[in-house]
Amino acid sequence: MTRETGKLVAVIGDEDTVTGFLLAGVGHRTPDSVNFLTVKADTKPETIESTFKSFTARDDIGIILINQHVANNMRHILKDYNQTIPTVLEIPSKEHPYDPEQDYIMQRVNMFLGGSA
Amino acid sequence: MSEVPPTRMNEQVFKGKKKAAQSGHGLLKKKADALKVKFRDYAKAIAETKSGMAADSSSAFFSLTQAEYAAGNFKQKVSEGSMTARVRVGAGIDNVAGVKLPVFTYYETGAATDNASLGLVGGGKKIQMVREKYSALLQNLIKLASLQTSFVTLDEAMKVTNRRVNALENVTIPKIEHVLAYISRELDELEREDFTRLKLVQSKKENDLKEEKRLKDLAEAEAKKAGKIVAPKKTGSDVDMTANFDAGDDADVVF
Repeated sequence: MTRETGKLVAVIGDEDTVTGFLLAGVGHRTPDSVNFLTVKADTKPETIESTFKSFTARDDIGIILINQHVANNMRHILKDYNQTIPTVLEIPSKEHPYDPEQDYIMQRVNMFLGGSA
Repeated sequence: MSEVPPTRMNEQVFKGKKKAAQSGHGLLKKKADALKVKFRDYAKAIAETKSGMAADSSSAFFSLTQAEYAAGNFKQKVSEGSMTARVRVGAGIDNVAGVKLPVFTYYETGAATDNASLGLVGGGKKIQMVREKYSALLQNLIKLASLQTSFVTLDEAMKVTNRRVNALENVTIPKIEHVLAYISRELDELEREDFTRLKLVQSKKENDLKEEKRLKDLAEAEAKKAGKIVAPKKTGSDVDMTANFDAGDDADVVF
């Protein structure tokens, strides 16, 4: 474990997303933990869920980036998630363009802006 | 609440309470308004950044595809081996009307680039491009994450504040007003009781005076008849008039 003060950015997503962010330099691998998960077609939902849970339990992670299509498959967990930090951010993936309708935060934002405009 | 003894002192106490509740209500309302303004700003910023993010990410994905075309399949290599995060987020705190909002800031630790030799054979430039694109996207995402956390925190803070405002407005202040009304009602009642009592005392006194005068006149008339002059009787102010009333009969007057 390093003694850095800043927090890490974790990524759960398809190969393209993970590769890109690793190239940008978010990757952090130590002998006992990694901060990213590549979701492939044969990755089990349980694996994704448990990885997400372990990320949220770690205190060295500040932001969790998660592909929207992955997030949609574990919506029930995200709905129950109410911690402020780490922040869960849904991002678009290569095959699945971003759909604001499915993002909880965007729903709130639209409700607020639409309701008061 | 109506078990409060209806005294002047309690009336003052509750007047003070009402004043405090009202000023608290005003302050909280101001706070709720401030939060609402900030909340609206954040909502707008999120809506903008999120739509910008879609464009950013698609250009980033495209650059990755280009790099793959130029350098072959390097994805596997990227996720292999030991690595240290070059990019981290610092957590600061922003303060809006007493609500603490976490703010993430992007910073690079200055650690050596992993996989620097990637694309040495070919496509190195394209891979460099991917790095840049994704770094830009990441910076935007970190900004967005700050906005989003602030948004959620503000949302929560706003709910709490509104709940307090409503509680003060619809529960606490009416309760205090109710007590005040009760106290003033009771005090008025006591005053009326007192007034009636005084009236009764006065009429009794008048009757007594009349009776005394009648007796005196009678005595004088008799004395005149008898031809004697009697020394005038004691005047009313010399007599202890309260001696006629037993104070024990009256209810205690409590103010």
